[in-house]
Amino acid sequence: MTEHGIGVSVKRKEDRRFLTGNGNYTDDINRPGQTYAYFLRSQVAHAEINGVDTSAAEKADGVVAVFTGADLAADEVGGLPCGWGLTFQNGDPMVEPAHPALAQGKVRHVGDAIAVVVAETKKQAKAAAQLIEADLNGLPAVVDMKKAIEGGTLVHDEAAENTCYDWAIGEKADVDAAFDGADHVTSIDIVNNRLIPNAIEPRVALAEYEAASGDYTLYTTTQNPHVIRLLMGAFVLQIPEHKLKIVAPDVGGGFGSKIFHYAEEAVLTWASAKVGRPIKWTAERSESFMTDAHGRDHVTHAELALDKEGTFLGLRVQTLANMGSYLSTFAPAVPTYLHATLLAGVYTTPLIYANIRAVFTNTVPVDAYRGAGRPEATYLLERIVSKAAREMGIDQVEIRRKNFIPSDAFPYQTPVALQYDSGDYEATLSAALEAADVDGFAGRREAAARDGKLRGLGYSTYIEACGVAPSAVAGALGARAGLYESAVVRVHPTGSVTVFTGTHSHGQSHETTFAQLVSEQLGVDFEAVDVVHGDTSKIQFGMGTYGSRSLAVGGEAILRAANKIVDKGRKIAAHILEASEADIEFADGSYTVKGTDKAMAFGEVALAAYVPHNYPHETLEPGLEESAFYDPLNFTFPGGCHVCEVDVDPDTGVVDVVNFTAVDDVGRVINPMIVEGQVHGGVTQGIGQALLENAVYDENGQLLSGSYMDYTMPRADDVPSYHVSTEETLCAHNSLGVKGVGEVGAIGSTPAVINAVVDALAEKGVTDVPLPASPQNVWRAIQEAGA
Amino acid sequence: MSGFNYHKASDVADAAGKSSSDDALPLAGGMTILPSIKLGLSDPSDLVDLAGIGDLKGVSVDGDTVTIGAMTRHADVAGSADVQQAIPALAALAGGIGDAQVRNRGTLGGSIANNDPAADYPAACLGLGATIVTSNREIAADDFFKGLFETALDAGEIITAVKFPVPAKAAYEKFPNPASRYALVGVFVSDGPAGTRVAVTGAGVNGVFRQGDMEAALGGSFSADALEGISVSEGDMASDLHAASDYRAHLVGVIAKRAVAAAAG
Repeated sequence: MTEHGIGVSVKRKEDRRFLTGNGNYTDDINRPGQTYAYFLRSQVAHAEINGVDTSAAEKADGVVAVFTGADLAADEVGGLPCGWGLTFQNGDPMVEPAHPALAQGKVRHVGDAIAVVVAETKKQAKAAAQLIEADLNGLPAVVDMKKAIEGGTLVHDEAAENTCYDWAIGEKADVDAAFDGADHVTSIDIVNNRLIPNAIEPRVALAEYEAASGDYTLYTTTQNPHVIRLLMGAFVLQIPEHKLKIVAPDVGGGFGSKIFHYAEEAVLTWASAKVGRPIKWTAERSESFMTDAHGRDHVTHAELALDKEGTFLGLRVQTLANMGSYLSTFAPAVPTYLHATLLAGVYTTPLIYANIRAVFTNTVPVDAYRGAGRPEATYLLERIVSKAAREMGIDQVEIRRKNFIPSDAFPYQTPVALQYDSGDYEATLSAALEAADVDGFAGRREAAARDGKLRGLGYSTYIEACGVAPSAVAGALGARAGLYESAVVRVHPTGSVTVFTGTHSHGQSHETTFAQLVSEQLGVDFEAVDVVHGDTSKIQFGMGTYGSRSLAVGGEAILRAANKIVDKGRKIAAHILEASEADIEFADGSYTVKGTDKAMAFGEVALAAYVPHNYPHETLEPGLEESAFYDPLNFTFPGGCHVCEVDVDPDTGVVDVVNFTAVDDVGRVINPMIVEGQVHGGVTQGIGQALLENAVYDENGQLLSGSYMDYTMPRADDVPSYHVSTEETLCAHNSLGVKGVGEVGAIGSTPAVINAVVDALAEKGVTDVPLPASPQNVWRAIQEAGA
Repeated sequence: MSGFNYHKASDVADAAGKSSSDDALPLAGGMTILPSIKLGLSDPSDLVDLAGIGDLKGVSVDGDTVTIGAMTRHADVAGSADVQQAIPALAALAGGIGDAQVRNRGTLGGSIANNDPAADYPAACLGLGATIVTSNREIAADDFFKGLFETALDAGEIITAVKFPVPAKAAYEKFPNPASRYALVGVFVSDGPAGTRVAVTGAGVNGVFRQGDMEAALGGSFSADALEGISVSEGDMASDLHAASDYRAHLVGVIAKRAVAAAAG
């Protein structure tokens, strides 16, 4: 281990600029002659558009142009594409309605864009938008999923019963038979609450067209620039890749919401050529609430069949998954391949059947949000397992241990398609029990009771699948793109290194982690390695950052490119040192002839590659730059145990998280500090979902929680200091042994919190509390149990 | 936002004159009016800034009365040794308003003139039996708050100070809205020269109000136990995402007991 190598908590390179206010975000970029866009958005959830009169707005001060859906249609601009195709149980393709970038014919959610004004200033654009007269014929809004599938009002005429698809996994007859033979069946109804991502940096786009070259540039807040280039260039605007540059500079948080291709990106890029000037759009916070893709929003009924000892025999799940008004980029995959396939969890449940019905409603589109499907799966599993234990009088830890996949059973094939490669669930459980001082809980509960508080303890033993994904598997499941990652490692003549990665950092610390990786691998100084990302004109290709994939997929690509560098350097060193290549050893940044003191530093080899006076020209090209594309063989499977301890005030319903312990297995840890930070952030989001956050629509499709006055973001004083640690089992199919950490906190924590609340309230007769366990919801649960 | 004229008033009379038209508003910190303008919820023609009027700032204690200038910031009230000594509940209330930024800009006069139904200061004024001093007259707190965002102030009438009688016992307990952290229910109780008072903010459908049944019970015995069994009418309670009226009514009872326990303690 070097001073800055793998396993060291190196301070973050990027913090120098972030902490001194020198970050370069999209809104910091300005182009000569720049104009500003403002989108007129629907204030009603569902209406026919009879006409849009823009004449007054076009004459307003400073207005350059006004465009509507009709203008896009006249230019044959395509709708926003969906990146994943699912099927009905009978094999029919999912219903995939058009998603125009500016509404055409109908508006389908509050916030749906009707027109865009381009003006000299932001203020002029906004003022002119108020002069647009949209003649709308209001329609009833479809909001509640259970009502939506009864038919009646349709969000899209082609989607009968408002259903996008009705999909299933598992053999229902076999699972039903397991239930018939069960000693005990536990059932649960869950509403997995809708969340609004709320990245600290709102979405921003700045598009520029150069008429002389025909080149387009779009600066945008995205997690995956090449994916945006592909989707927007090929499917929406028909701009070939070599004429379209996407730049995603510093991005202030995404949590999934900046994966997707959004309407504003396409409209601005198209309009920049129409008006011949750069156009910038910066979302206002209220626009973020009603246009950033939301997360979660499942309604699930689940049943678990057990024998009399508490061994799981089968699991049956029915889920309604809200798609919102249009299909966002990856939405169809979230409740199916990222949710239903995770329903084995860490358990040996032999038979699982899940039926997922995706539903259109007049709400903001729903897509992947930190964890994406896996939090929903983990939540229902860990809730139903805890409920079963309570009903059967089995200890919460015992029922989990009894059903764990044993550590010697890997690779383990689940009944829902996935094959887990490694893990040790007992190790993370026992470490968590000790760190959480579970033995001392009874005493703490008594002490809390003396203060009038109800103390509860909740567990979550979870697994997730990340490192998306083996392209062949993803393709077979309906993905319309490959999911590999690419890297270029460029060694400069004096031995410093620039790494080009197709992943994108919007808080993940890639500049540090990847530099550590390369520093260790090439034996060069950490400070001599810089990481470049987020610009399609600099980066060869990439699928971006989501699904905790950057290290497990992108890091492996970097490692492979770095290994090619080492190999080429060995050839150069062998030539110069006049030894056979097989006799050259590389360690600590130095090539040595085995058994001699003849050696060349890595930097000397680099110089030789670029000043090839004494060089094996017959067999080797000059220069020292290598690339690698890596397509993983399998998903990676981080897992672990979260233990939450809460105090509930029975008089007010207030839940106070007093202790939270997370022991995670994320594979090999490159930078423990960064891993700890990722877990802190994820756990805080998970506690946010459990206790605080909730997107609420009224029956007319108005977003009631449309600002921070009503949408409860977690704050520092809502959460305790966490006990965070890791237990490593190595991923079996990548050479680093890494699994991924970006989502574990948000996946594992939510059920631990709610299980703790239910545990605290058990003495009041409460068996369930809804998400979020807000003071009112908890108070009401107590009242209803006591009634 | 269509823009407004900004005036810096030189004295109270100047402020009263300049803010007497229908579309003009005094600016007393701006912690509500400025965000309202930005959100397009308010569009005044003129803002008359009171910040330059020295007479309106500061705390003085005269026997059994604490007088606080209308333009005294929340942070200054919270940090005032005089207020902490005379009415610690009032200093604590001021220290719990909004966040640090709001406490460093927002003022007592601005808060009560706005009379947000979830603001803290109206509960203190009503709960202590304060007197609101204006450019024209003195108004008892009982006559000042007239419903949601409504007060007894006339156009162009400027609050100059608030006189608080020093109570024997007082406390303020706030149950915050989880999202906004405004009072979902805030109860100010006191016992002293202005009688036994229970003022509730955040909960009422018509804004801040006194809870008569509780005051009567506490008049007999100033203890949390005295409030046992007193129910608050759901019909008088506001209802929103975070608390339906039944839950708010329940919370008023819980929070009132806690306030009394803190005051009696």
